[in-house]
Amino acid sequence: MSSTEHIEEKLRSSQELGDITHLEVVDMSDGCGAKFQTVIVSSKFEGLPLLQRHRLVNKVLEEELKVIHAFQMKTLTPEQWEKTKAS
Amino acid sequence: ENTGSKEYIDGLVKDKKLVVFMKGTPAAPKCGFSNAVVQILDFHGVKQYDSFNVLEDEDLRQGIKEYSNWPTIPQVFIDGEFVGGCDLMLEMHKNGELVDELQKVGIKS
Repeated sequence: MSSTEHIEEKLRSSQELGDITHLEVVDMSDGCGAKFQTVIVSSKFEGLPLLQRHRLVNKVLEEELKVIHAFQMKTLTPEQWEKTKAS
Repeated sequence: ENTGSKEYIDGLVKDKKLVVFMKGTPAAPKCGFSNAVVQILDFHGVKQYDSFNVLEDEDLRQGIKEYSNWPTIPQVFIDGEFVGGCDLMLEMHKNGELVDELQKVGIKS
């Protein structure tokens, strides 16, 4: 099972996702590490369709996703994130 | 027959308008994420589609993940192409893309 710290570290240190400007990783399984909700903001997502963004994240967390029961993600560009915050 | 093989899964998704790999069945989903996909399709008036219960077939459950290069269930295929899991279906539902995708295969939403 995974901890939020481990997932945050893995995402932040990945080449694929570049410079993550905002990151939220929430363990929805009372700390047992089986279910996570994430918000990932990176300029690397610019110009990529949603499916490709999710594939990038899946690749970074390839090992973790084999044991995590549920993983939800929102993948936003910095511009989209600003709009989300404003609304 | 190996139900996890590429050939077998090709046969399940190719030339099909809409196929869902899920936990449980549309009438009785066994997971909230699978249920969400069923509810989204229901909202769009999509009643007729092929669904496969991966809980009843471990080979298929593993095989579909490799086939689509996608690590989780549910998985939705439109016109033989993988379109995504629960998060993507929900996002496409919200931003209107799903209506376009369904129209491509002649399903009016």
